[in-house]
Amino acid sequence: MKIDIQNHMLVPKHEIMTEEEISEEFSEVDYDFKNLPKIKSKDPVVKAIGAEPGNVLRITRESQTAGEFVTYRIVED
Amino acid sequence: MDDIILKVKDTIVELNDTENLEIEFPDSYIKDLAKAYVDEDLTDDELKELIRKLKQAYDRARVEAGEAVGTVAAQSVGEPGTQMTMRTFHYAGVTELNVTLGLPRLIEIVDARKDIATPTMDIYFNEERRDDEEFVRILANQIGKSTINDILSDFNLNYGTMEVEAVLDSKKIEEKRLDRDEINAAIEKAFKKVVINGDEIIISSSKSDKSESKFEIRELRLLADKVRDLQISGIKNIGKVIIRRDDVPFELAEFEGQKEWIIHTEGSNLKEILSKEGIDPVRTTTNNIHEIGEVLGIEAARQSIINEAQNTLSEQGLSVDVRHIMLVADIMTSEGIVKSIGRHGISGEKSSVLARAAFEETGKHLLHASIRGEVDDLTGIIENIIIGQPIPLGTGSVGVKMDYKNK
Repeated sequence: MKIDIQNHMLVPKHEIMTEEEISEEFSEVDYDFKNLPKIKSKDPVVKAIGAEPGNVLRITRESQTAGEFVTYRIVED
Repeated sequence: MDDIILKVKDTIVELNDTENLEIEFPDSYIKDLAKAYVDEDLTDDELKELIRKLKQAYDRARVEAGEAVGTVAAQSVGEPGTQMTMRTFHYAGVTELNVTLGLPRLIEIVDARKDIATPTMDIYFNEERRDDEEFVRILANQIGKSTINDILSDFNLNYGTMEVEAVLDSKKIEEKRLDRDEINAAIEKAFKKVVINGDEIIISSSKSDKSESKFEIRELRLLADKVRDLQISGIKNIGKVIIRRDDVPFELAEFEGQKEWIIHTEGSNLKEILSKEGIDPVRTTTNNIHEIGEVLGIEAARQSIINEAQNTLSEQGLSVDVRHIMLVADIMTSEGIVKSIGRHGISGEKSSVLARAAFEETGKHLLHASIRGEVDDLTGIIENIIIGQPIPLGTGSVGVKMDYKNK
């Protein structure tokens, strides 16, 4: 039986960001989005959503402290 | 409740517009505000005042730019850590599984060990199977390790014929819900000279002529051990299993006091268990962080580090703010793989030579850096302490720049 790991309680929501979303989100920050925390291209969730190296993922975590917290990771080889 | 949350959000927007407060609260605050609005029966003006006061308290509680959050986290985890016992306790009560607890477990987590001392899994079942005792028992015996020894009623070594005579216990097989054909197939596969006659199994040594060997008896005894230890069921890496009955968590229960069956295992194999029919692929989990990283991804590993570290600390009666642990977990997973804190991980891979040399293996790092001609930009804390400059931290993290245009 094949299961969808994205439903697991430990796995937060991962979404691939479009080019526009990336430029909108990172235009006013004082760091390069290429220095974001990384996620490997062989990561099971990356495979499941079909992201490719260079994509930026928006990760919406359920946080114990903030309720909901949005963070980003960049896919690398 | 949703309309009240919307109302709180609207009030915040209104305050931001009229009083320029620049409020950006996390979701949990907005939920708490909405709850307070309902529970305390606040008027709209009182809600506004509450938001203003909360904004003040929130700003006071925020970490200032340039604060040494890593050092604070290290101290906040380290101090309670000194009070932890070195002893490993046994699980009290219903389960008799031995699980690493306390300081050894905490060290295992931050060292990101691949082979942890006591991997365990908690297997939950989906809605249909949650209360199906028969199904859970069958599955427990499928995944748990059973050997021939567990289902024997009689076991003899016949020194006359040099054969091992085993009699299986139908009752025990029935109890364990094992399949007779599968057992026979496993035995036939493992030993060449086997005669199976119902419950009776006669196995002779595979060596053809038994008379000449003077180690004959020793060989027979070794064979007997092999027969006893032959595994007849179970998933790789999983040993003992324990079945437990517990309350269904509040969010999932259809009615109050609903109970469910849970399997605890010694050893762990998340990938295979998750692909079994009937289990709950949402809640089933393991305490092996590397395995979670491989099967569920780096974000799940991060969450698992937080959960494991916090559980380990709270089991010892220590409360450490989860933000400190979150910082540790963030750093450990920032490269996309689970890295350890320490010589082989975070501290050992710093870009500055002096920072690495100050931590451990000073000679090695300085020697290698001089051979390779490494350059140190002196951007970190330790480097600047070593050469006696102000450190880029707190008030030291800001500098003065001349504005050439407006003289």
